[in-house]
Amino acid sequence: MKEEFQPPKGKINKVSGNCISLVGDDIDTDRIIPARFLKCVDFESLGDAVFEDDRKDLKGKHPFDLKSNQNAVILLVNSNFGCGSSREHAPQALMRWGIKAIIGESFAEIFYSNCIAIGIPCFTLAKKDIKPLQVRAESGSLFFEIDIKNVIAIEGSTKHKLGLKESSRNMFLSGEWDATSTLLSNIKLIESKLDHLPYINLNK
Amino acid sequence: MSQNTLFDKVWDLHKVADLPGGSSQVFIGLHLIHEVTSPQAFGALKDKNLKVKFPSRTIATVDHIVPTDNQSRPFKDNLAEQMIEALENNCKKHKIKFFNIGSGSQGIVHVVAPELGLTQPGMTIACGDSHTSTHGAFGSIAFGIGTSQVRDVLASQTLAMNKLKVRQIWCKNKLSDGVFAKDLVLHIINKLGVKAGVGYAYEFSGPAIHLLSMEERMTICNMSIEGGARCGYVNPDKITFNYIKERQFAPKNENWLKAVTWWESLASEKDAIYDDVVSIDASKVEPTVTWGITPGQSIGVSQKIPELNELSADDQFIAGEAYEYMGLNPGQAIKNTPIDVCFIGSCTNGRISDLRVAAEIVQNHKVSPNVKAFVVPGSEKVAKAAIEEGLDKIFKDAGFQWREPGCSMCLAMNPDKLTGNQVSASSSNRNFKGRQGSPSGRTLLMSPAMVAAAAIEGKVSDVREFIKK
Repeated sequence: MKEEFQPPKGKINKVSGNCISLVGDDIDTDRIIPARFLKCVDFESLGDAVFEDDRKDLKGKHPFDLKSNQNAVILLVNSNFGCGSSREHAPQALMRWGIKAIIGESFAEIFYSNCIAIGIPCFTLAKKDIKPLQVRAESGSLFFEIDIKNVIAIEGSTKHKLGLKESSRNMFLSGEWDATSTLLSNIKLIESKLDHLPYINLNK
Repeated sequence: MSQNTLFDKVWDLHKVADLPGGSSQVFIGLHLIHEVTSPQAFGALKDKNLKVKFPSRTIATVDHIVPTDNQSRPFKDNLAEQMIEALENNCKKHKIKFFNIGSGSQGIVHVVAPELGLTQPGMTIACGDSHTSTHGAFGSIAFGIGTSQVRDVLASQTLAMNKLKVRQIWCKNKLSDGVFAKDLVLHIINKLGVKAGVGYAYEFSGPAIHLLSMEERMTICNMSIEGGARCGYVNPDKITFNYIKERQFAPKNENWLKAVTWWESLASEKDAIYDDVVSIDASKVEPTVTWGITPGQSIGVSQKIPELNELSADDQFIAGEAYEYMGLNPGQAIKNTPIDVCFIGSCTNGRISDLRVAAEIVQNHKVSPNVKAFVVPGSEKVAKAAIEEGLDKIFKDAGFQWREPGCSMCLAMNPDKLTGNQVSASSSNRNFKGRQGSPSGRTLLMSPAMVAAAAIEGKVSDVREFIKK
């Protein structure tokens, strides 16, 4: 049994745990969570449905079904991961399955910003470096301790340098990835902006 | 760093503050919501004890989950009914204007906002839907967001964002007869790739773009996201202003001329600096069809499915997956591929001009006996106009089903779905595995005219031959 899901809160400095490899380019959010599971008014039950159709297709051999991966928290992916629909249900489903950080060649834009907004750091790593890590995660266990401040994945005495947008790094370290209160702290500026936008008056 | 582009001007106008982490806080002028990505956002507001800051800046409609055969309430699908009820309650509670079924203005959110005149040049527009890029056709900066960002816009009317780079996609010459905006955008995505747009806003410019109607420009900008670009736009011109004039929410009376003067000032300057510029020859574009599982895997209708060695190393892995999933072989012609289901509709191609073009092809023909064909107007207004013009009758006489407005089989969150490994010819925007509701269903994306031709022939056909007939 997995532990009960706890959403991340506040400052996020590190993520530690086993890696799970999912090979493939352009894995879209329809594959991560098919549209029929979007018929819900909360995100609670999405974890079980992550990659539902791909998993059915592979009859127990999908990485998310392998026994050895059940405690994994760091997802290793390839290029343009999370392309397509803006559904936050996709990172929510990954997170509720147990994923706490993703390392990939590249990420689709809206998926990336959804991950930041719910507290999942997404790191980049070149294709040539990620392939061997995926092979190792598939053939045995690969345990990383990711240090967000220094943007490195520590594996025993080996350090893998990762990529992370500076603004994302700062938001995780300060806790501002949960942006609402930071945005509302500028309420006077927001109200003044509304008063000065040409189209607000032209459309009255 | 781009300078003096429309994107720079609109971004600067809406920037509220630099945030401590290094991103910017940006004001969202128009926020559109629908039933799928908003309930959790309202839930989060409640959890945080927050209100909707400016309820008049948010507009709602219902589109994804609505059935298109019978829209009477309660919906047969209890989950769909719960979702529409949640939206009704949230809009009522927070005093948000909601264009519900039967209002005369309900429809796919990206069809509804432009036709009401809500979408205007110079705005920032956000919606919890990736095809929000559609609204960029008017010279607005419009992009999709997730539910946590919907929460932030409801609470603060702002978002934390990083400024995008700007790539100009200069489309020279003009499209040939029988070739449409959909073909052009599929061609662009094929040339640049499905992830080339990550980190960029796409500016579609050049003579081939400015000859297009607003509805065609919406088709182009709609699919920016399929090229990886969260946002795509066209500089506003007379065609833009004529489209907006006298629509319900358009500036009125003395404000109209003031608005046009302001809108004219927003276009990218002649000396604008772009982060990247690419050129596309529109006259070289053929009717285009996807053969794979990403919108970038497309070819002209007269071409053959590429062999692995004709593709770049980066594209080979997904191509291998696509051959297998689609049951199509490299080297095989796409023309004459048998089709089971034909779908005309969606935020990409569910507008009145799309229906007119398709009806023209369909007139005096019959749908092939092996094909299930249906038309789903993008909105109640589109449906009304089509019925007034007699388009519904043309489709029905040919053997198409005529449906009520909604997202329908574009994403199959409603009863409209492929079954088994059916092959669809679809005027929608995504051919991902399982996208149209069956885990083994297969989608060929094409223009509405090409879908109409496929419906009649029962196989992928070249619409240009149809026009000659």
